[in-house]
Amino acid sequence: MWAFIDNYPLLAALLALLALGVIFGALLGFASVKFRTEGNPLAEQINDILPQTQCGQCGYPGCRPYAEAIAGGDAINKCPPGGEETIQALANLLDVEPEPLDAEHGVEKAPMVAYIREDECIGCTKCIQACPVDAILGAAKQMHTVIGSECTGCELCIEPCPVDCIDMVLRKSGIEHWQWPLPAPRQTGLDIIASDREQAA
Amino acid sequence: MRRIYDIHGGIHPPERKALSQPGQLRPAGMPAQLVLPLSQHIGKPAEVLVEVGERVLGGQPLAQADGLVSVPVHAPTSGTVIAIEARSVPHPSGLTNQCIVIDCDGQDAWLPLAPLVEWQQQSPDALVERVRAAGIAGMGGAGFPTAVKLLASDKHKIDTLIINGTECEPYITADDTLMQVAADKIIEGAEILAFIVGAEQILIGVEDNKPDALSAIQTAAAKSKRAVEVASFPTKYPSGGEKQLIEILTGQQVPSGRIPADLGLLCQNPGTAVAVRDAIIEGRPLTRRIVTLTGEALSAPGNFDVMLGTPIAHLLTLAGFQPEHNRRLIHGGPMMGFALDNAEIPIVKTSNCILVPTEQELPTPPPAQACIRCGLCAEACPASLLPQQLYWFARAKDQDALEAHNLFDCIECGACAWVCPSNIPLVQYYRAGKASIIDTRQEKARSDRLRERFEARQERIAREAEEREAKRAARKAAAEQKVAAGGSEDPVQAAIARAKARKQPTEPMADQSTDPAVAPVTDPATTPSKEPAE
Repeated sequence: MWAFIDNYPLLAALLALLALGVIFGALLGFASVKFRTEGNPLAEQINDILPQTQCGQCGYPGCRPYAEAIAGGDAINKCPPGGEETIQALANLLDVEPEPLDAEHGVEKAPMVAYIREDECIGCTKCIQACPVDAILGAAKQMHTVIGSECTGCELCIEPCPVDCIDMVLRKSGIEHWQWPLPAPRQTGLDIIASDREQAA
Repeated sequence: MRRIYDIHGGIHPPERKALSQPGQLRPAGMPAQLVLPLSQHIGKPAEVLVEVGERVLGGQPLAQADGLVSVPVHAPTSGTVIAIEARSVPHPSGLTNQCIVIDCDGQDAWLPLAPLVEWQQQSPDALVERVRAAGIAGMGGAGFPTAVKLLASDKHKIDTLIINGTECEPYITADDTLMQVAADKIIEGAEILAFIVGAEQILIGVEDNKPDALSAIQTAAAKSKRAVEVASFPTKYPSGGEKQLIEILTGQQVPSGRIPADLGLLCQNPGTAVAVRDAIIEGRPLTRRIVTLTGEALSAPGNFDVMLGTPIAHLLTLAGFQPEHNRRLIHGGPMMGFALDNAEIPIVKTSNCILVPTEQELPTPPPAQACIRCGLCAEACPASLLPQQLYWFARAKDQDALEAHNLFDCIECGACAWVCPSNIPLVQYYRAGKASIIDTRQEKARSDRLRERFEARQERIAREAEEREAKRAARKAAAEQKVAAGGSEDPVQAAIARAKARKQPTEPMADQSTDPAVAPVTDPATTPSKEPAE
């Protein structure tokens, strides 16, 4: 073998390179089969950030379709339930500039849940069909009710209700949901110390 | 003599403990009404057992525990339930919560108690059950259900029970008073607690600014048959924090995110020990506690033996309240307490002190100035955190950075805010930061669950559409086979004829067919709805 390399250095080098190419090609081919990722991992990560209200306010039929659209280059500011926080998180993930929420799709509000006024419900099942997460219980001509802990607050059940017996109520109200707020920002608005302020005056 | 260790940081604020004359326990009498919140502890609110108009006796359970992390509420005296409604409760939010209101009849008639003198004969589990039924929640301030804390020690080998008689916060002397008037009961309670968790040693820690309490406890401890050690250590705030006290007494640090039981230790407040003793030996549920009423706006401050549910206004009268000198009521001490917005708020299981200061004594904090990065807060922090970093991260709402800087090790003692030359309300930043992180975690868990539900529904709809399609294809194939097998008739013509025949007698029902994309067949939802006549 040494003799061959000595005699035909050019050919030996070519052969060695060829052999390396074959080996690494095989390795890469094997890895691409073995460690194949199903679906679009970026859309998956985006979907993880979206609030899963499944409300369709973004114009897509649910959070996953919107996640796929964002992965495909759609704007990140079409999700009113997620609000500023979601836009910020998406901007961080995708390394783009955060934009203000697109008002065309709605405004950010406190999280809500649907509540059926049960004595007015006629049992038409239309809200059950509309619910994207099967959070409404009931059967034809029987009273329906919303499983509050599972309701996304998407409001999709409101429109189909023929007797308008569904209200949206605040999801987090009362003492057990109370949180310490951040201290109010100071009136001056500037972080200057007292001596700075004297100079500024 | 036990070696005493020092903790990092800490402060020495004016103690002002003599003001409330520790050691003298005064009766608080019986107010006209008692207001008993259903949530006086950490965990789920208790479930009401009584109805409005019902007469109740002292010691009767008014509400039962709802789940494991919850404790019942008992009537402190006899009377009539006049309301079950939302009332102001001691809470920093100033919001209302469900309460049972009792109109006291003055007779103080009690249910017969079930004493248990031979408690050593019982199994620890039976004793824990008694503690749970007596409605005991930690009386040092946090109000964690004691039975749950005792159960948590099941998984760990506990070798030392620590009774935390530190009471390091200025002004408060409730535990000091209890140790002076009921030292024997504390030792008995500690013996029971040690028996329940299987601890060999009982260690009682008392700060050296309470010499009377210390000698009372030492006298009582000497009489005990068990190994009871009483240790005294230098006064410093906040030595009474659970993890801080453990370090002072044992030199061990409880690791971040772990509990003392991981080190074989269990901490209990002396008030809790007495409540456990009363529950086991006398069969008496928790219906009273010692409350310090103090501050210079009171002409007769002191410690009172108070029925739970007593409105603070009733106690203020006893302590000689001078409203002209006072602008705010504080529940708890000057370091960790919070302001109350009215005096009708009741005393609950965690109320150790009501502070009624004059404006000169505890001035309203001046407006916050900019952080000058002096670092005094980091020197004062007993948990060895970096308060100014946490402050910036909390302001920036940077949750990852807050967690990376161990925000959850903060015990909210207020030492950092006390030393801050810029008067920044640091603890409120940390509380807000903690709340928002917990909220984010819960929302994440919720959205994961919702995503699963959404995807399960999508999958079900797709599956049902597929099944329908398969059935249709099968029918079609069967029909074609039939024709091929020798049907002379044209199948299309036959179908039209059949349809015509069907249409004639019945009403036209145009809306029968539902959109397959929205309505799966097996779903009850798809039962044809003629009902909503619009």
